[in-house]
Amino acid sequence: MDPLVLIFLTSGLFLGWALGANDAANVFGTAVGTKMVKFRTAAIICSVFVILGALISGAGASHTLGKLGAISALPGAFMTALAAAAAVFSMTKSGLPVSTSQAIVGAIIGWNFFSGNPTDSNTLTKILLTWVLCPVLAAIIAVILFKSLKLYSKLFPVHLIRADAYTRIGLIMAGAFGAYSLGANNIANVVGVFIPAKPFPDLVFGTWVFSSTQQLFLMGGLAIAIGVFTYSKGVMMTVGGNLGRLSATAAFIAVMSHSIVLFLFASRGLEAWLAGQGLPTIPLVPVSSSQAVVGAIVGISILQGTSGIRWATLGKIVAGWVATPFAAGIICFIGLFFLQNVFGLVVK
Amino acid sequence: MAPSLNLFGRTKHLEQQIDSFFDKISESSVVYRLAVRVYLKEGANEEFEERLTRVTNLETEADHLRRSIENQLYTNTLIPDSRGDVLGLIETADQLLTKFEGSLWAFSIEKPDIPEEFRHGYKKLTSMVVKASDELCLGARAFFRSPHDVQAYNHKVQLYEKEADMISTTLKRAIFDSDLELPRKLHLREFVEQIDGVADLAEDIADRLAIYSIKRTV
Repeated sequence: MDPLVLIFLTSGLFLGWALGANDAANVFGTAVGTKMVKFRTAAIICSVFVILGALISGAGASHTLGKLGAISALPGAFMTALAAAAAVFSMTKSGLPVSTSQAIVGAIIGWNFFSGNPTDSNTLTKILLTWVLCPVLAAIIAVILFKSLKLYSKLFPVHLIRADAYTRIGLIMAGAFGAYSLGANNIANVVGVFIPAKPFPDLVFGTWVFSSTQQLFLMGGLAIAIGVFTYSKGVMMTVGGNLGRLSATAAFIAVMSHSIVLFLFASRGLEAWLAGQGLPTIPLVPVSSSQAVVGAIVGISILQGTSGIRWATLGKIVAGWVATPFAAGIICFIGLFFLQNVFGLVVK
Repeated sequence: MAPSLNLFGRTKHLEQQIDSFFDKISESSVVYRLAVRVYLKEGANEEFEERLTRVTNLETEADHLRRSIENQLYTNTLIPDSRGDVLGLIETADQLLTKFEGSLWAFSIEKPDIPEEFRHGYKKLTSMVVKASDELCLGARAFFRSPHDVQAYNHKVQLYEKEADMISTTLKRAIFDSDLELPRKLHLREFVEQIDGVADLAEDIADRLAIYSIKRTV
């Protein structure tokens, strides 16, 4: 294999590392921050399920990104992922909430502009609508789950100590599901842009073929897992602290709602089933894990009627929707210009 | 599967210990009432001393349970949201046992000479404070299983505490209106206040319990 391939892949792997470092906190932050689950346990479960989600269900959302812009040259894919990573890094540095999904979409559009490729407006509209739908849907699911759980606990009271044990198991299961959904939905952000370039030959083991795409998903999943192990502990503690007012049960509901939303936007099986029933399908689009969690928490807050909606947080999310893709697009466009004209690489 | 089985085994053991802790308080209140009755009827005889020993043993056993519960809650970082409340409840409930024990020791050591005409008042007062303590125990048990029901028990604790206050006031008035020597009057008043103190403490704990249960139901 050409060693250059690995060098080009580093930008995607870096993006995967950043995703693992930041988004694992959405899945296990409250559980670890409140010491309901040990970090080691959380990190192992998170890593295993992120990789499983990426390998088993990662293709759906990746396909949509491919439709937005099929980057067939590796240097182009490298710069697209690097631009997204740079946008994520700089936005994080300036304290703005950021989503790798929004960064990668902006970077792909930047590549489209540079290479003169038309951007599929249908796909783009679908993606933009999904970003608004994601936190709203998470809030609705959180409200339904919260009401159901409250009714259930009133009808079937459980001893406080036993309820604590159930909550711990619930948090671990919701975290595993969340990690699976995160891998399934967000692996597209990490390695999706490299898929059309087919950087690896297919590996054949008897009747079983380990395709280039699957190899990319595995590498991306491993990068996310390394991000979880090396950097997410601090973020988890911060998330646990920030969301300190949430009870363990509310945290379970927030993680569960987030996970359901990410799963809905990644499941090909569900899409096929809905289509089979003649129902409208849910677009398979990479969505923001952080915004799903915030949406769920806002839903719970509205229901509890304590603090209502945090307008400042919502304002920041909207700012993120606009600023992140623009920043990534511009960085990508400038980067591609340099790659092509200074280093003489083929980027389109 | 081993960790989750272990988790439920641990959980069950802790639930039993908490139940057992409140059993000790309920049992102490029954023995306390019987001990005071014996004293009022026959003085500090052998049966009274046996009952005092029983309350002392119950207090020691409850102390062991309290320490074990506190230890498990902290070392296994259980119920992070309600840990402080549960520890507060168990520690204050433990003071009820100390009150029962202290009151019986006072009877045993000071041997107050209670005139016949006041004995019924002491008996009624004891019965009322024990009722307040019993309702508190029921409320505390409900806090762990169905916090919505705590309010009903707390309401009864308040009723019995008010009733105990009325009985103690009447009793003290009767004592000071009598022809007894002042030191004896003061001595008898001291015992009225000691018994009434059980209901006062039960009411204080019920007030805390009300807040703890509101926090759990929100």
